[in-house]
Amino acid sequence: MVNYFSFSLKNLKRRGIRGWLTLLGIFIGIVVVIALVTLGNGFKEVVGAQFGVSSTQTITVQAGGLNYGPPGSTVVNPLDKEDAEAIERLSTIEFAVTRNIEFLEVEYNDKLVFGGVVSIEADSARDQYEVMDLESQSGRLLKRGDLGKVIVGSNYEDPDKNGFDREVTVGKNLLIGGDKFLVIGVLERKGSFFIDNAIMMMDQDLEDLAGYGDEVDIIAVKVKGKDLVEKAKEDIEKLMRNRRDVKEGEEDFVVSTPDALLDQVNSILTSIQIFIIIIASISIVVGAIGIVNTMATSVVERKKEIGIMKAIGARNSHIFLMFLVESGFLGLVGGILGIIFGVTIGTLGIWQINNLIGADTRISINFILILVTLIGSFLIGAVAGIVPAMGATKQSPVEALRG
Amino acid sequence: MKNEVIIHLKDVAKFYRIGEKNMVKAVDGIDLKIKKGDFVAIMGPSGSGKSTSMNLIGSLDVPTKGSIYLDGKDISHLSESDLAELRGKKIGFIFQQFNLIPNLTVRENVMLPMDFQGIPIWEMKQVAEKILKKIGLGDRMDFYPNQLSGGQQQRVAIARSLANDPEVILADEPTGNLDSKTGETVMGFLEELHAEGKTVIMVTHDPDLAKEHARTVYWLKDGKIEKITKKRVK
Ligand SMILES: Nc1ncnc2c1ncn2[C@@H]1O[C@H](COP(=O)(O)OP(=O)(O)OP(=O)(O)O)[C@@H](O)[C@H]1O
Ligand SMILES: [Mg+2]
Repeated sequence: MVNYFSFSLKNLKRRGIRGWLTLLGIFIGIVVVIALVTLGNGFKEVVGAQFGVSSTQTITVQAGGLNYGPPGSTVVNPLDKEDAEAIERLSTIEFAVTRNIEFLEVEYNDKLVFGGVVSIEADSARDQYEVMDLESQSGRLLKRGDLGKVIVGSNYEDPDKNGFDREVTVGKNLLIGGDKFLVIGVLERKGSFFIDNAIMMMDQDLEDLAGYGDEVDIIAVKVKGKDLVEKAKEDIEKLMRNRRDVKEGEEDFVVSTPDALLDQVNSILTSIQIFIIIIASISIVVGAIGIVNTMATSVVERKKEIGIMKAIGARNSHIFLMFLVESGFLGLVGGILGIIFGVTIGTLGIWQINNLIGADTRISINFILILVTLIGSFLIGAVAGIVPAMGATKQSPVEALRG
Repeated sequence: MKNEVIIHLKDVAKFYRIGEKNMVKAVDGIDLKIKKGDFVAIMGPSGSGKSTSMNLIGSLDVPTKGSIYLDGKDISHLSESDLAELRGKKIGFIFQQFNLIPNLTVRENVMLPMDFQGIPIWEMKQVAEKILKKIGLGDRMDFYPNQLSGGQQQRVAIARSLANDPEVILADEPTGNLDSKTGETVMGFLEELHAEGKTVIMVTHDPDLAKEHARTVYWLKDGKIEKITKKRVK
């Protein structure tokens, strides 16, 4: 038995490029699976960060959802400040704050970008910061009376990320929607694309720029206790149905809990992963057929060798095992290469994501997956080798030696 | 020389069907008894059935008709794998084309027949090295076959045939691919093995070679034994 393994390895070594090319299918399949799993977990963590999982007691209410206008119409019935006041009066609710988000031209260093600007209400500024879990890393946060002033997300400090080629710091002035605003604070980095790239100003200032009146984009609600989230969600839905006069199941607004949002995104990610894994499996199957092919060819090429071995005492089981082990090793080589490339691609991918959106997802290499892949790729190769190996045992020694 | 029969072919025939009607009678009813410790040559013109009878004697092939006994045991009906194991243990083959495994070293080539018998690796190594030294290839053990001359390759093949210390050595035209001088060295080794008590059976179409070395010569023609000549032992 000892000799087989070294013998198989020797046989593998003398394989030409043609022999190795057949490993492409297995290689690609395994690269995809490994890269995806490495990336996929990273993705989920990044998505989690985007939704600020820390504030699990926060519910958001937005207008929209099912559309009952005539086909093609996108008119939505907006929320307003009174909705927020009504929600705040519910017994399960600690407070409700309103938020408007406008995309406005922001000018600095003679460069123009579009930036998301978030409103902060003078009366509920502290509650706003609480639901978004915000703190300043330099300067301070906005408070009542801070008209003409803004605070900016951490990416504004980075000249490579803010689009201005120069860092924006406390004391600098930005032209937003044509008006001048003084930066009085920079937010701590959140790992959330939205907040790290946001500008915040007083509601009164934003209303002056955008003119939304009493309408609000989002009502963020803090629930009295963690275990009350589901109950609060139901209360809000009931209240809003009454206020907007819609039936259950026909809501023109969406009440979302962070868990539900996360679940939704995760389920989309999962189905994408499943789809790609199916493609990868097809690639692996194609690769396995490739192995069947090369092994069958090498049985023919090594006909004489098989004959010699039988002449000097090889039983059929010896010949069978010899080819099976070699075929398994072939698969294993594809697996090892696939793992190396897959982990590399996944790691680079996460590194890119971290760079791009300023998240700091840890790179986690799944060693169990790697072990399973190693064993699996050997088995795929071995299974692919069964039929050719059986063919090898059928070789008659006399005929092989004549040839 | 003992009088014990080691190989007995009883009315053995091997026919090959060519197409629908034609039949080639490669071996057509051979009876022979080879005694333990004999040096036998099988002679005859090309196509007379020498290689075919050799394959039958060495249990590489099964007869169309008749029975073959090895050490008194009928082996005509053994399974392919059991035959392989038996010949691995009892018979050592030497071929005209050397037939070494190209991507195994000299040492590994000699170890291979022992591997098939399940001998532990340290023992295989020891035995292989001992035989190779004896045959004068102690300094070539890590070479690959294509790094050796024809004569050296044939010596490796002889070493390999001895790996499991078989009772019978079968050599099909062992000098056919060698110049006469190297051929003589190889014949010298076969003589030595014979002197050690092994049964040597050699196929050749060179009458001088047969006459010089063999004690018993079977002359084949058209798949039949034409005559048997024996050399008196002094
Ligand atoms: N597998 C086979 N199929 C058909 N015919 C065969 C087969 N093997 C051998 N023969 C035929 O049987 C006859 C004997 O062949 P064999 O190889 O035994 O001759 P040989 O005496 O060894 O000849 P040479 O000296 O040329 O090696 C030949 O006519 C050959 O064509
Ligand atoms: Mg012949």
